[in-house]
Amino acid sequence: MSDLISQNLNMIFKTPKGETVHALKDLNFTLKKGELLTVLGPSGCGKTTLLNITAGFIRPTSGNITLNDKEIDGPGVERGMVFQQGALFEWLTVAENVNFGLRMKKEDPIKTQKKVNEWLEIVGLKGFGNTPTYQLSGGMQQRVALARCLINDPDLILMDEPLGALDALTREKMQSLVLKIWKETGKTIILITHSVEEALLLGERLYVMAPRPGRIHKEYNLPFASMGLKTDLREIKKDKDFSTKREEILEMIWNMEEEIMGKDI
Amino acid sequence: MLTQIITFLIFVAVIGCILYGRRLIRTEKVDAVFGNPERALGGTHWVIVGSSFLLLVWLYYSWDIAKGFYPKSANELCQVAKVNDSLLGLKYQFPIEQRELKSTSQIKQENRNLKIISKEIQSSTDLSNQQKSILIGFLSKTNQLIPLLTNDDLLESETRQKLNDITGKINLLTENFQKPDYPFETEEELNERLKAVNEEGGWGITKVNAGTGSIENTIEVPLIPATDRGLKFHAAAQELNLISDEFFKIRNHNSQFKDKIKKIKNEIKAYRNDLSDSEEIASTYAKNIVKIARRIEFASIYPPNVLDGMQNAIIKFDIAQMKAQGGLRFIDIFLFPAGTIVASGPSCSEQGSGRWLPKPSDTFNKFVLMSNPSVGYKDIPLLWIDMVDISKIIGFILPDWIADILPGEYPVHTKEGVVKQNFKGAVLKIVTGDFKLLKIPVPYGHIWDSFLRVFLGLVFGILIGVPLGLFMGLNRFAKGFFDPLIELYRPVPPLAWAPLIISVLGIDNTGKVFLLFMVSLSIMIISARAGASGTQLSKIHAAHSLGASKKQILRYVIFPNSLPEILTGIRVAVGMCWGTLVAAEFLAGTTGIGFVENVAKKYFQYEVIWITIFIMGMLGLLFDITLRKIIDKTIPWRGKG
Repeated sequence: MSDLISQNLNMIFKTPKGETVHALKDLNFTLKKGELLTVLGPSGCGKTTLLNITAGFIRPTSGNITLNDKEIDGPGVERGMVFQQGALFEWLTVAENVNFGLRMKKEDPIKTQKKVNEWLEIVGLKGFGNTPTYQLSGGMQQRVALARCLINDPDLILMDEPLGALDALTREKMQSLVLKIWKETGKTIILITHSVEEALLLGERLYVMAPRPGRIHKEYNLPFASMGLKTDLREIKKDKDFSTKREEILEMIWNMEEEIMGKDI
Repeated sequence: MLTQIITFLIFVAVIGCILYGRRLIRTEKVDAVFGNPERALGGTHWVIVGSSFLLLVWLYYSWDIAKGFYPKSANELCQVAKVNDSLLGLKYQFPIEQRELKSTSQIKQENRNLKIISKEIQSSTDLSNQQKSILIGFLSKTNQLIPLLTNDDLLESETRQKLNDITGKINLLTENFQKPDYPFETEEELNERLKAVNEEGGWGITKVNAGTGSIENTIEVPLIPATDRGLKFHAAAQELNLISDEFFKIRNHNSQFKDKIKKIKNEIKAYRNDLSDSEEIASTYAKNIVKIARRIEFASIYPPNVLDGMQNAIIKFDIAQMKAQGGLRFIDIFLFPAGTIVASGPSCSEQGSGRWLPKPSDTFNKFVLMSNPSVGYKDIPLLWIDMVDISKIIGFILPDWIADILPGEYPVHTKEGVVKQNFKGAVLKIVTGDFKLLKIPVPYGHIWDSFLRVFLGLVFGILIGVPLGLFMGLNRFAKGFFDPLIELYRPVPPLAWAPLIISVLGIDNTGKVFLLFMVSLSIMIISARAGASGTQLSKIHAAHSLGASKKQILRYVIFPNSLPEILTGIRVAVGMCWGTLVAAEFLAGTTGIGFVENVAKKYFQYEVIWITIFIMGMLGLLFDITLRKIIDKTIPWRGKG
């Protein structure tokens, strides 16, 4: 039982003005080992809150969340995290960034060096070990972030819009990389995204979340991720099933957005 | 010699650079529209022109060009100044540089004074009518003194003869002065003079008093005439002094005047003696009247036209001496801007910009001299190396109580008067540094002392300020607890603390280092705090999920992330410390570059003042460049993250 199980997860924030915001309401889900879950939703639906709770940065107001039957209480190495941008340490080189987790564990530098080189090769950054990170392009920086997270061998990888700041072409390449890594390592992954296409392409499972209060609106089980392992991602986008699903979800999100805007006015 | 070459080079450089600049404008393909910022790029040639102008202004206004091209001009101008100084008294008697005769203006002055007193007496309510009439009587008698002096018929033939003698002497001097071999110096006198000139040295020569090892004041302008032209003026000045003395000894007192003034004085004296204490005011008026009578007695008042001959003689001499100056006058006008050489009494000095703006050549020579460790300033070199035994340093570091806590007693001398060393005694020797090991070079001197103070103050400030600042950036308690303390002392200008700290901690290093520590501490705390609170949350989250502990996050994430702010803070702190230190050294101390400037100020050693200004500027620049290099090396990601 190495699953991620969430039971009646509630998160209520208090703004400085005294208003309460119900960021997550009665969230129940189970994620099996090796599954790739994508979470999609309009802004303010509690995606990032969910991820932060899972990572252990914040504690839920009520309910509990367990990984491998252990309650999540604070950040841990078994849950790696990849951020959208700016989480690399600029004062370190690519290799040093990747090595950071192992260095904190005070592992033998010679052994870790080998591991770092392996991972750099996997993410396609061979030969960039000594480059300072601020000299890398956005896509390469995310590759470093991926490698840095994966080298710690976490059970669960949390990705907070990891490809959000990339241009379309780089994004496509990185999507293939994420799928490749998922397949090769067999890790459980939660990936948060804004892009409907990305959610459909990468998600073995997909949660569409709705705001106010943040909740899971609809759940999908998708075949595209396993297809993507074999065929070109662009081919999948031409798939009829893919486009109907995309239209359906887009419609759903548009309605949610309208609801919010109506409320605001 | 060097000055001449540099002056020529400056002219060549300026002309060359201007020509180059004009050609560049014509050939350049940069967008020729006004407002294109690219047109301001480059321009090293204008930098050369700018610095050349600066140097030229300095050379010119410090009279270094005059010194370089005409090294004897100051000495000659000194002799001319002596003549002018001697002539001054005589000239004032005549409308040469004044509007009217001295006699005329004095008579006007005293008449006015008499009128004022007369008015005061008449309108006074404190005087009785009787007193008033007596005082007015005194006034009119005093007034009647003047015609006795100005009457041509009353002038005694003896006085007339004396005046004629003086006129004759001046005329003779003029005649002699125009002769080429004046003042008829013998071979022997010539040799003696040249020897004295050699001993005295040239213009602006620095002499070192070898015994004390301190820099003496420069001889501003050599006094002894070095040239034939100078000697002429020197001799004329001496003769004129005698003539002038003789003239001012003459008193134009005829027998009538003598009788009358004696009578007035006696009358007033008798009157004042008869007055009682309550009649103080009348007595004061009488005293003032006597004062005026005395002034008339001792003023050089002559009948009109009697002095005409003498006036003409002086004018003739003046014309002759102007002529004799020749080219020197043009040197004076063009190469001694904003002032000239002035003689007063026995000495000559530079008056004007040449006085406070030292000549580049003098400054350079003095700097070379001061750099010599055996000269230095106040027996301390600017920067030198001393061989110090390591034992001294060990003794300084190890606390002496190490020996005290050891078991046993310190050795006591025996009956035979011998001291036997034991273990405890040996340890004491080590902890007090009383042994010999190898010697290492240790720098010392004024510059080093100032540098060390800044360095120590800064190091302490960093060591305490950075951890505290990081802590305050991350912890609410620390921020709240230490904020009042820092905000209380930080806004106070550091120099306002200086008198207090120096009087508590002493004028030596402790006080100054503490002052600088205070300066750097607040800056370091504020910058480290800004760095810590500016850390992106995602970086800290990432470090957490990578398994870093609290300590590791502080050491490997927050600290390097704050480095840009910390290093910028250090750069600011160095500048502040440097400024504060120099001012603190002004206040009190026995070493340091600020101390040198302060002492130089007391002795009017303008060259030394400028040297210290240069040293401070250079060191400040050096610090800044070093830190800029360090910043570029250690935080290349700054502004790119």
